[in-house]
Parts: sequence; structure tokens; C-alpha cells
Amino acid sequence: MSGAGLTYTRFELLRIVRNRRFFILALVFPVVLYFLIAGPNHDVKSLGDTGISAPLYYMVGLISFGTMSAMLSSGARIATERSVGWNRQLRITPLSARAYFRAKVVTAYLVAGLTIVVLYVCGATLGVSLPAGRWLAMTGLLLIGLIPFAALGIAMGHVLTADSVGPAIGGGVGLLAFLGGTWFPITSGVLHAIAQALPSYWLVQASHIALGGSAWGVTGWLVMAGWTVVLGTLAVLAFRRDTKRV
Amino acid sequence: MEAHTAAGIELSGLTKTFRGPNGPIHAVHSVDVEIRHGETVALLGPNGAGKSTTIDMLLGLLPPDDGTVSVFGRTPREAIAAGAVGAMLQTGELIRDLSVRELLEMMASLFPSPLVVDDVLELTGIADVADQRTQKLSGGQTQRVRFAIALASDPELLVLDEPTVAMDVEGRRGFWQSMRELASRGKTILFATHYMDEADANADRAVLMAHGRIVADGPTTEIKGMVGSRTIRATLPGVEVAALEALPGVAGADRRGEAVSLNCSDSDAAIRALVQHYPDARDIEISGAGLEQAFLQLTSEPEGVAVAG
Repeated sequence: MSGAGLTYTRFELLRIVRNRRFFILALVFPVVLYFLIAGPNHDVKSLGDTGISAPLYYMVGLISFGTMSAMLSSGARIATERSVGWNRQLRITPLSARAYFRAKVVTAYLVAGLTIVVLYVCGATLGVSLPAGRWLAMTGLLLIGLIPFAALGIAMGHVLTADSVGPAIGGGVGLLAFLGGTWFPITSGVLHAIAQALPSYWLVQASHIALGGSAWGVTGWLVMAGWTVVLGTLAVLAFRRDTKRV
Repeated sequence: MEAHTAAGIELSGLTKTFRGPNGPIHAVHSVDVEIRHGETVALLGPNGAGKSTTIDMLLGLLPPDDGTVSVFGRTPREAIAAGAVGAMLQTGELIRDLSVRELLEMMASLFPSPLVVDDVLELTGIADVADQRTQKLSGGQTQRVRFAIALASDPELLVLDEPTVAMDVEGRRGFWQSMRELASRGKTILFATHYMDEADANADRAVLMAHGRIVADGPTTEIKGMVGSRTIRATLPGVEVAALEALPGVAGADRRGEAVSLNCSDSDAAIRALVQHYPDARDIEISGAGLEQAFLQLTSEPEGVAVAG
């Protein structure tokens, strides 16, 4: 990242941290939910037919929930900035669109990363324990799994208004989380087929790293790559259309 | 290759048409303007004249349908990347959760050779709110921060679209003082306004726009001189406007409370007739045509007039 982009990103992160309401909600909410759901089930060794313990399954489920929200919140920030004309102000500076989006995506990933770490700690308190290599592999897969959501955040930020983006993210994440199996595994039936076509499902699947082997398989990688291409294209188109409107 | 020893701003044949509910809107029609280094030019006209659209094209925010823009021999994008252009757009708020100083540091970091932030704070008179969060500023303070952002890159060209709209009297005075300071440092300044008196007081040259076209372009003194009319103001209660308009040399008359204002084609004949017929007239002022009158007269004519500048 060039010098100028780095400073812009640094200040972007500062602004996020100073927005207390957002920052606290983004971290506290998943933690509270985790203990509410996984606490009473902390001695369930295999949830449904997954072979995964409840604390581990819900830990990754809530990581998916929390990190999806974190990635899409960049869209909320983009929509707000557009609504006050800040995007035009930036267009009369040398800051390229690429550098702007880099700042948005990097900071979203930093918040997502913090969410992951915080929930790992919560999981450890409920007995989640994996070999070091598996922790790393799981983290890597989660971060890769967030790529389509980074693109979705940018697309939403350019299509939605500042007022509608909040509910859209809340509702969208809720639905995606449910269909992704955050709250309970979806293992059969039509819902299962639908769920497998969605990127949120594969985020939760990262918990299967605990069983050893790869969690995604060919299907998972294809679905995720496909969504990345589609959502990335949408993001570019949404940005271009918004720019033409001045 | 031509050597532009001091290439300025060139707008050539600039045209922009929007699609409207009742057919196309010719927001800007074949606008030609040349601005030399160090000039202070006022772009004047009522709302809807095409000033903001012209400025958007000058800054590269809007692609023209026809015509070209050259800023110091470069495209708008190139000039901006070099830090040669600073602009204050007509609308826009500041992002929040940063102090004024932090916001300026952030913006300054985007440019190749920006001014020192403390200097910008001093020049725009906001050093006292430097550590305040942007969401806590008043409207006038916010305007001054936006002005500071425009200056941060140490630009050669300053473009300001309706800069004083949210400012109080104090704010405006300070603002124009800073502008004169910048002009004396050799900056090229273009400001759009519908406040004719501010343009009159602060610009060397005025470009008048109406309905997307240029109606006049030249030194403000010449434009006022073209119109050739003067205004007589006096306190004169109890006389009908129609009676005043009947006086010799009077083209039109207005009354505001006890004061009357006579727009004169021949102010000498008019003043003689006024004091002869109405000796009660007092607090008499005779002033030369303002830009506002010049503008009104010029836009009532069917075709635009260009003054060689």
C-alpha cells in the first residue's frame, strides 16, 4: 500500500474504533449469544450428526455471524459517506477508488479478525481445544471465506441508502446465518441444498477442520469462488453506476 | 510541441445535457472560458444557470458531452493528482469521529506536497477548534474546515462553489480576507456565487452565466460600464412609484418602506428633476450600476455579449 493509502487506512481504523456504539455491539453481541447458546450445551460432544462438539460448532457459527456483520459494516460506512457527499470530496483528491476500497476492506478484516480472536478465547473457556496447526488452518479458511462478503459489503454500500443499509445488513446477516447453520446444523432436505449454495454455509463449515482434513471439498471452493466473482462484479458495477450519478 | 509558458485554465466548447421529465435540459451549452494564472474570477448567475455543472466538469467529476477542459495544460485528473487543484464543493458534510486536525492530516497525506496543517489552520481561522471532533462544529466552522481541506494540498488553482452560503457576517469577512491573501500569493481563484455584491468586491473579472450560456465575460468594471446605468437612492415617503418612473432619465423605480430606488438611464437629468419636483427627498445617494443590475439587463437581452478581457 502506498504511503497515502496507509495513512487513510490508519485514520479509517481510528474512526471505527471511536464509533463506540458500533465497536461494542460488534464484539459484545456475538460473545453474549455464544455463552447463551453454547453455555448450556457445553458438554454436548457431537451436535446433530456432525461429530463436532457444541462449543466448537457454536464458536465457529458465531464467528461466522460476527465476521459477516463486520465485513458488511463497511457497506454501512460507504453508504453513510455517500449520503454526506464525502465520496465526491475524495474524487477531487489523488486517492484512487482502489485505495479507498482497500482501506474499507482492510479495516473490515481487522474488525473481523478481532471478532475471531475474542470468540476463540470464549470457546477456550468452554473447553474448545485443538492442535495449533488446526487453529491456524481454521483461521485461514475463515479469512478466505470472508472474501465474498467483502465484495458484498462494497456492493451494498453503493446501492443502498444510509437509512436502509442498517436493516438490510441486519436482516441479511440473520437470514444468511440461519441458512448457514449458525444456530443449528442443517443436514438434510431442501434447506440443506439451498444452504450449500450460499457462502455463509461454507464459513460455518470451517468448524469441520476440527475433524481433520479439509472442510470445504471441491463443492465448497467452487461455491465460494463463484460468489466472489459474482459479488465482485456487482460491486464494480454498483460503484461505476454511482460514480456516473455524481 | 507548443510550449505553454504559463498555461492557465481552458474550458473549450463545454457542453452538458441532462435528460429531464419534459425533454433534454441543456445545463451547459458551448461554454468557452480562459483563466490566466493569478486571476480571481467570479462565475456568476442565478441558481440553475449551469455554474455547478461547469465546475463539476472543470474538476473532472462529470464528463462533458462535448468540449474539453485543460487545467495548467493537463486533464483535471492529472492536475488533481499533482495537487494543483483544491476545491470547495457546494454541498457536502464532513465525516465524523476525527478531530479537525486529524481530518486535515488525513487529507494532506493524500497529496504530493501539502501545506503544514498548522499553517492551514491559521490561514482559515480554525486553529481554536483544531482538537474538536468534526461532528461538534457549527455550520460556519464546518464551512471553514471544508475551505481548509481545499487549501491542504497547496493548490495553484482554488475552485469554490458558493463558498459563503452557510457563513455569518464575521465568517464571510474572514473568508474574503483569506482569499485576498491567497490571491496576493499568486493563486488562481475561481468562485461561483449568486451573491453579486461579493463578486463585485472580490473578483477582477466576472463571467456571467444564464440558462447554461455565458452572457458576459470581462473585468467587472467593464461589465458594469456596459450597462451604463446608475442608481439614485433617497428617503422619500408618500410619492407613488409611477410618478417617479415618469421623471426624465428614469428607467424604473422601486420603493422599500420610506426609501426609493431609481434605476436611471440618465442620472444627471433624473437627479435634477427629482430635487426640483420633490424637494423633500433626503439622504440622496447616486451610485454606479452594480453587477446585479448589469446581470439583469444583460440576461434580458436576447443574445449574450462578450467583453474582450
